Amino acid sequence: MTDRTAQLIACHECDLLQRDIQLNPGCYASCRRCGAVLYRNATDSVDRTLAYTLAACMVFLGANLFPIFAIEVQGDRSAITLFGAVLSLWDQGMRSVSTLVLITAILIPALELASLTYLLLPLKLGKVPPRYPLFMRTLQCIEPWGMVEVLMLGLLVSLVKLTNNFRVIPGMALWSFAVLTLLLAAAATAFNARDVWAQLDAKRRDLESR
Amino acid sequence: MSTADSPIAAGRGLCSCHVCQLVSRSTGTSRGQYCPRCGARLHLRRPGSVQRCWALVIASYILYIPANTLVMMETGSLISYRKDTIVSGVVHLWRTGSWMIAVIVFVASVAIPLLKLFSLTLLLISVQRKSTWHPQQRTRLYRLVEAVGRWSMLDIYVVTLLAALVQLGSLAIVKAGPAAIAFGAVVVLTMLATMEFDPRLIWDPLQKEEFHD
Ligand SMILES: [Zn+2]
Ligand SMILES: [Zn+2]
Repeated sequence: MTDRTAQLIACHECDLLQRDIQLNPGCYASCRRCGAVLYRNATDSVDRTLAYTLAACMVFLGANLFPIFAIEVQGDRSAITLFGAVLSLWDQGMRSVSTLVLITAILIPALELASLTYLLLPLKLGKVPPRYPLFMRTLQCIEPWGMVEVLMLGLLVSLVKLTNNFRVIPGMALWSFAVLTLLLAAAATAFNARDVWAQLDAKRRDLESR
Repeated sequence: MSTADSPIAAGRGLCSCHVCQLVSRSTGTSRGQYCPRCGARLHLRRPGSVQRCWALVIASYILYIPANTLVMMETGSLISYRKDTIVSGVVHLWRTGSWMIAVIVFVASVAIPLLKLFSLTLLLISVQRKSTWHPQQRTRLYRLVEAVGRWSMLDIYVVTLLAALVQLGSLAIVKAGPAAIAFGAVVVLTMLATMEFDPRLIWDPLQKEEFHD
């Protein structure tokens, strides 16, 4: 049953059934009715995504440990980290907003990076991570909620607003966030869910038949 | 062969998994079918998609009012004190010469949420009336709504950062106002509404074949 339908794909936006054909590397197939991208051929997608993900993990630590920027008023200096900002908002009684920022700017990106590493590192080493469908599903459902690139723009807007009234000293985390934004975008572009599913399934069948 | 006569998965009793895209045969029973590969629940069409999307859109319209009329940010120093709504904040930025930032904040906080709400309303009405009007354009509109959704979080981040940083007692204060809560809720609800909408419904009226979920 599965074999007979294996070469068929249904467009996720208009449900048109189409046949899966072999693509040249770097090319993508789009739905002939609505134009949605159906799948891409990215043969080295696992390697590239893993490389970007591991780099992003390190930068992510830097982005959260160091202060984003500091301001100086009459010799008094105050600096904040992102988590510090979330805590301060919580203390001001804006708990729902504080939680929203915590989730979209810290937790979801962390979970995304952790899941990608959990899936791709074993795959690269020729192993199958246990319960991988759960992690693939997690990745797919948290994807719209990670907002590091929006946060980056928010940092820039804040910076401009602050320089009107204060002397602002940019911190390490500001640069880290800029790099993190680029790395996450690169990882998302390189990641190919269809390919990862296929490789994980093939590896599992291989191990089971042995 | 015109595309209107092309087979769609649902018309052939096939169901594509919304998580892993695997196409498998639908058993026809309405309850409890799961994807053989990833274990996600299978549906020919997302059940109750239109109703739930309407509920979320209407809730967002209602919350959009306090989000724009209440105070978003209070700023004060020795020389000045002001309470800004989203729009008055944008006007203030424009007046003080930060045109670029004013435009960015206006687009992210005012234009994008409204565009999202109007677009979703248009999509919902057209789907309910089983309209066959420009399905390709409507699908593109849906993709756009999906892509720009999260940018409305911008102001929330700005308020958070400023409120945390500027806490130097009598010299200066920045506080987040009640609009931030309403605005955060609008962002979350419109994003949920976008996810709830099933774009395949746009194309279904073009189909001659009948199917039931
Ligand atoms: Zn399509
Ligand atoms: Zn599936």
